[in-house]
Amino acid sequence: MSEISYLLFQSVLLVTFLAAAAYCVFFVGQKNKIRDVARVLLVSSGILQTLYIVSRYFLLGHAPITSQHETLVVFAWATSWAYLSFRWRYTVKNFGMFVSLLILLLLVLSALVSREVSELVPALQSWWLPVHAGVSLLGYGFLSLAFCGGLMYLLQERELKNKRFGYFFVRLPSLDALDQLNSHCLTTGFVFLTLGIVSGSLWARQAWGTYWQWDPKETWSLITWFIYLIQIHQRFTVGWRGKRAAVMAIFGFAAVAFTLWGVTYLLGGVHSYAR
Amino acid sequence: MPGERIILLGVNHKTTPVEVREKMAISGGYEQPLAELKRIEGVRECYLLSTCNRVELLLVAEPGEQLIDNILAFLFGDRVQREKCLEYLYIYYDRDAVHHLFMVSASLDSMIVGEAQILGQLKEAYRHAAKLNCTGTLLNRLLHKAFSVAKRVRTETAIGSSAVSISYAAVQLAKKIFGNLKDKKVLLIGAGEMAELAAEHLVGQGVAEVVVANRTLARGVELAKRFHGRAVSFDELLGQLEQVDIIISSTGSPTIILRQADVRPVMRARRNRPLFFIDIAVPRDLDPDLNDMENVYLYDIDDLSSVVDMNRSEREREAVKAARIVDEMTLSFQRWMDGMSVTPTILALRRKADGICRSELEKTLPRLAALSGEEKQAIEVMLSAITAKMLHDPLVYLKSESCGGRDTSEAKINALRTIFGLGEDES
Repeated sequence: MSEISYLLFQSVLLVTFLAAAAYCVFFVGQKNKIRDVARVLLVSSGILQTLYIVSRYFLLGHAPITSQHETLVVFAWATSWAYLSFRWRYTVKNFGMFVSLLILLLLVLSALVSREVSELVPALQSWWLPVHAGVSLLGYGFLSLAFCGGLMYLLQERELKNKRFGYFFVRLPSLDALDQLNSHCLTTGFVFLTLGIVSGSLWARQAWGTYWQWDPKETWSLITWFIYLIQIHQRFTVGWRGKRAAVMAIFGFAAVAFTLWGVTYLLGGVHSYAR
Repeated sequence: MPGERIILLGVNHKTTPVEVREKMAISGGYEQPLAELKRIEGVRECYLLSTCNRVELLLVAEPGEQLIDNILAFLFGDRVQREKCLEYLYIYYDRDAVHHLFMVSASLDSMIVGEAQILGQLKEAYRHAAKLNCTGTLLNRLLHKAFSVAKRVRTETAIGSSAVSISYAAVQLAKKIFGNLKDKKVLLIGAGEMAELAAEHLVGQGVAEVVVANRTLARGVELAKRFHGRAVSFDELLGQLEQVDIIISSTGSPTIILRQADVRPVMRARRNRPLFFIDIAVPRDLDPDLNDMENVYLYDIDDLSSVVDMNRSEREREAVKAARIVDEMTLSFQRWMDGMSVTPTILALRRKADGICRSELEKTLPRLAALSGEEKQAIEVMLSAITAKMLHDPLVYLKSESCGGRDTSEAKINALRTIFGLGEDES
């Protein structure tokens, strides 16, 4: 099993690299044939990631979502499938390049950290684990899409405001499309994030006897949640959009990243099971 | 016919000043000039293209002084001196003629490189020439190739995608801001010609509504009617800003008419939906500081010009690719012509048959005075059908050579020439 798992991970890395490379080539050359190739590669990468996670499940005997390596892989997996599900409904020109590069980054990071199989801490031995962590990470996947969209928005908006039209002007989609992307992904991501926090809280009640205990990870989750809440609220009430929404999406993603890794390494707490 | 060549003669916007071109512009349709052209001695196939930027003739004929003189007379009459004419006129033969025709059809020889109009004009001209039976085997093939060159250039390069005009630039920017323009509204401040043109482009993209605000309401109403929009007075301007998305300003006002302070509350009312200001007035109508506001984009005439420049350089790059396609296609046409080494014999054969038909018709038709014009034509058609069918097999026999060796081809050509009595003087 461990050999299959190893091979699967290597092929995930390879296929994702090829997908990202193909998207970059498409970005430069804008040849539709290459985009089709890139799409097929990214879907394959998504499928391989799923298989890898399944193989890891059999290897470990529990949901593979506890170690740093696993978290990164599941994060990449969530981003991939969030993108593919989004792509299925909306077309945003050249979005694929940004997303595939982010996925590649996550996977490369996951390759760098320890892939060792560790015993599950008793506190985590529960069916809440995949539900809580899975839903949270799926939310993060959508939020990372919003992050990519935010970056693209800032690039395109800069070209339009400065009136110096370079590389990105023709290749990036319209501001309106990017703003809509921001709105859709944030809303979806926020729903999953909320579900993640609620499920975590219910699990805490079961495991530790209290819904909330201000553990650093919990606190930071709440902060992240509020950042996104404010953003969504402002959009619906006073019409926060455009650049501000893009900056907030990037800022929110920074909070996500900190909650996911910063807290574990810097602040510790009951959530820090594996390093 | 041996000795016959493809000849392209013409004048265009590069070689000839407009004063000369307008003297020769072939007005009143193609029929009459084409008929005239056909009558010129030595011209077997002909085709004529006349647009405001160029007049070009494509002939299959035996070149010579006499022919050139006749053509000059046809083109210029006696309105321009002969020496002058020769100075303006360009003449290309065979390969160069083919190349030039392909350059024209690919829109690489146009005043605005890449504009799509020229292809339509070529097709129109060809339709007339074909209807009047001015074109034959060679020109039919050549012109169809010219159309496919145009098609390849259009699909394989981006030469037509970035038009170069201020109003196009405005549309392009609007699309990068709003994506779809279908549900967007346009406000024209002032009713200048440029604004009108830009609005026309936007309407072409399907904007929902055009509103016109003009100092004199009557002119505003008139313009609004053109776009099925509505006119408002100048005082309603700020109220309108809450509704519209794209503003094109072109008033003659010496001072700025919209300031940042005016627009700021509007943005609040719009819930930050983007506004795109286009200021094509000189001196400017709109406060340059508008561009510093979030979700507000302001472009003045200079900014738009820089977009136009960008599009232009993009086009030049694409033009290089297009030129390569033209070269490629010229070469392949050249090859086809070479492969048709049997063509002179075919042509001689056809001409002989046609000659016989014509002389027989000339003898017979006057004696059949009772026939109506239509019936006479039917007889002509019948005659040419008979000859075509008679010649079919000999021609197939001839053409079958081209895939075999050259040597037998030579022998067969000789055989055919002897049988049909196609004299040595013609080969």
